[in-house]
Amino acid sequence: MVGRLPALLKDSALTALVAGALGLFIVGFRTTDLGKGLFFDYQFVDLGIAVVTIFFGRLGLHLASMGLKWPAFALGTALGAVGASPLRLPSTFLHWFVVIAGVLIILRTIWPWANAALATARHSQRGKAFGQRGAKWFGAILLIAAVLLPFSPFSNQKNMDLAVLILTYVMLGWGLNIVVGLAGLLDLGYVAFYAVGAYSYALLSTQYGLSFWTVLPLAGMFAATFGLLLGFPVLRLRGDYLAIVTMGFGEIIRLVLLNWVDLSNGPAGIGGIPGPTFFGAVFAETAPAGKQTFAQMMNIPFSSNQRLIYLYYIILLLALVTNFFTQRIRRLPVGRAWEALREDETACKALGINPTNTKLTAFAVGAMFAGFAGSFFAAKQRFISPESFTFIESAIILSIVVLGGMGSQIGVVLAAVLLIGLPEWFRDLGAYRMIVFGLAMVLIMVFRPRGLIAHREPSVRLHPVRAGP
Amino acid sequence: MAYFTQQLINAVTLGAIYGLIAIGYTMVYGIIGMINFAHGDIFMIGAFISLIGFMICATVGINSAAFAILVVLLLAMVFTAVYGWTIERVAYRPLRGSFKLAPLISAIGVSILLQNYVQLAQGARPKPAGSVVQGGYNLFSADGFDVRVTWLQIIIVVVTVLLMAGFSWLIAATPLGRQQRACEQDMKMAALLGVDVDRTISLTFVMGSALAAVAGMLFLMYYGVVDFFIGFLAGIKAFTAAVLGGIGSLPGAMLGGLLIGLIEVFWAGYFSSEYKDVAVFAILVLVLIFRPSGLLGKPEIEKV
Repeated sequence: MVGRLPALLKDSALTALVAGALGLFIVGFRTTDLGKGLFFDYQFVDLGIAVVTIFFGRLGLHLASMGLKWPAFALGTALGAVGASPLRLPSTFLHWFVVIAGVLIILRTIWPWANAALATARHSQRGKAFGQRGAKWFGAILLIAAVLLPFSPFSNQKNMDLAVLILTYVMLGWGLNIVVGLAGLLDLGYVAFYAVGAYSYALLSTQYGLSFWTVLPLAGMFAATFGLLLGFPVLRLRGDYLAIVTMGFGEIIRLVLLNWVDLSNGPAGIGGIPGPTFFGAVFAETAPAGKQTFAQMMNIPFSSNQRLIYLYYIILLLALVTNFFTQRIRRLPVGRAWEALREDETACKALGINPTNTKLTAFAVGAMFAGFAGSFFAAKQRFISPESFTFIESAIILSIVVLGGMGSQIGVVLAAVLLIGLPEWFRDLGAYRMIVFGLAMVLIMVFRPRGLIAHREPSVRLHPVRAGP
Repeated sequence: MAYFTQQLINAVTLGAIYGLIAIGYTMVYGIIGMINFAHGDIFMIGAFISLIGFMICATVGINSAAFAILVVLLLAMVFTAVYGWTIERVAYRPLRGSFKLAPLISAIGVSILLQNYVQLAQGARPKPAGSVVQGGYNLFSADGFDVRVTWLQIIIVVVTVLLMAGFSWLIAATPLGRQQRACEQDMKMAALLGVDVDRTISLTFVMGSALAAVAGMLFLMYYGVVDFFIGFLAGIKAFTAAVLGGIGSLPGAMLGGLLIGLIEVFWAGYFSSEYKDVAVFAILVLVLIFRPSGLLGKPEIEKV
């Protein structure tokens, strides 16, 4: 073991050197604009600390992977202690950086034990039974919790806002899951259909006075039509071309919305969009002429929370419809064809499945749900502009699907809570949010390509699995 | 006529920059068959390193523009190449043999990561850069309109032509180029014959990134401003160029770059500058639908 130490040190030093080269210009010389040209704000101390941390971090990971538990553990603890200590590092970020490095080493050290323990637990009789029951009940418990949330003590304005936001992303994630997870089509322009739905409702309601419930199916239809129109020419393409072309379409739609001022009011956006009504009753303190408010209808005192709770139930319902639809269609021939197509397109062709039509249905169905979500978004925000439909939005939805495990429904929920909820609760992390998204996408692909809940059962089995010995 | 000539000059300049980025896409695609989605952001990193490089040159008192350009060119190429190498090593290499979409998703992650890393480290606002090379040469005047070639445009085209010539030679006549072509044709067989495949792929990323860095520097000098988001649009346009020319083909990438430059500049000049990006995206879609193998590419045959 000791004989390998020089090699380890050399490798760690090399890693640190590369990290230093990466950071030298971008981190070391921070350019600041003081109004009369750019000036440097040197940050070599920050860079140096980061490089040293990377050196020890790499060393610790090496030690841990070689099974040298105690040195690795000591190193991890030391790094954690340095990061958490009141030592004045130049920035809070560096404190976190050092702490995370320490935690990573410790995790890597105990990983073999934890993994083995988990595996035995999972394969024991009780573990198996528990896992099956857990999978069965977990969704139900989540659902009940979601239904009861507005009546719980946590239902203040902030939390309900967040819950609506998370559910919107859950719905979008479930919708995209049909396209990416089931049919295996990487769609980077999903937000385009979301935009179509949003603008459909915004325009139809402000120009023609149609209500939310009339427009909702229309918006879904418009988005699905767009999906068909866009999908028809491009779905013959190979997977990675498809990704780029869908991204191109996403950008085209955004640019058109931005520049076609007569239709979309351009960058200024559309405001004054009416919210959804409850059997004709509006959610406001005073109703416009000829209408009544929800509070009058129910004979209860008005509260501003009512609107939010109503929105919450609408999006919950929409999301559940998406989920239910997906669960059911997976068992229909077309759903099975999607999954078969994902696994092997050539074999599908040989079996007489028309790949273009099959992909097209997946694309259109996914687009339809994005359209629903879009018109909900417009009704919730009451103001939309092309700003809300950038590529980043598509990327966020995609990372939710990827992180959750492509094809896993409950995984999408967890990923949405993780990726949307956490950054909202910890506002300070806002600036680092997208970095974490990007990093998570890479790490998931490298370490757990099947997603956090790494479990992909085929929907149908040719031969039923026999009971274990 | 004068307006047309001027637009043509501008288009060739822009096309040269796109061509340089497109080579990175096309080489990586040729060798491992993946779209390096993060390549546009490597270009952005190159532009930022160049900006900082020029500022350092000004700080240490290098006054000769030619010398400064040479120094910055080398700095940007070397340090951007480190980015390319690291990204391949960390985010793509472990995924060889994973499922089909894995490298692409990983590349999207890298792209998001790089953009936000630069935004965090350097700020979100566009960074203005002073002009390094000024002046130009009036070709002729017609209808009260001066047709002008700036020295900068000449530098851009000359640098691009030199690099492309050198690069074509590298691929055609050196052992490294031979190994690359071998890997491109049949990676397993190349490995059996003693070609270090991993090293060759790494070097492909290094070269592609170095060229993107040059493009970044030229872009910075031409437009005089960079921000963390320039890689997105430039990346898509360069990718379009690579597809238009036939992805996997080096002359195709240069031709495609030139064509995209022409399309963009003339669309903006004669129709509407708001929709010039839409025009480029539309070209991408049309090419992929009607001629996915591009102008100079070979059609791809899928084997089971």
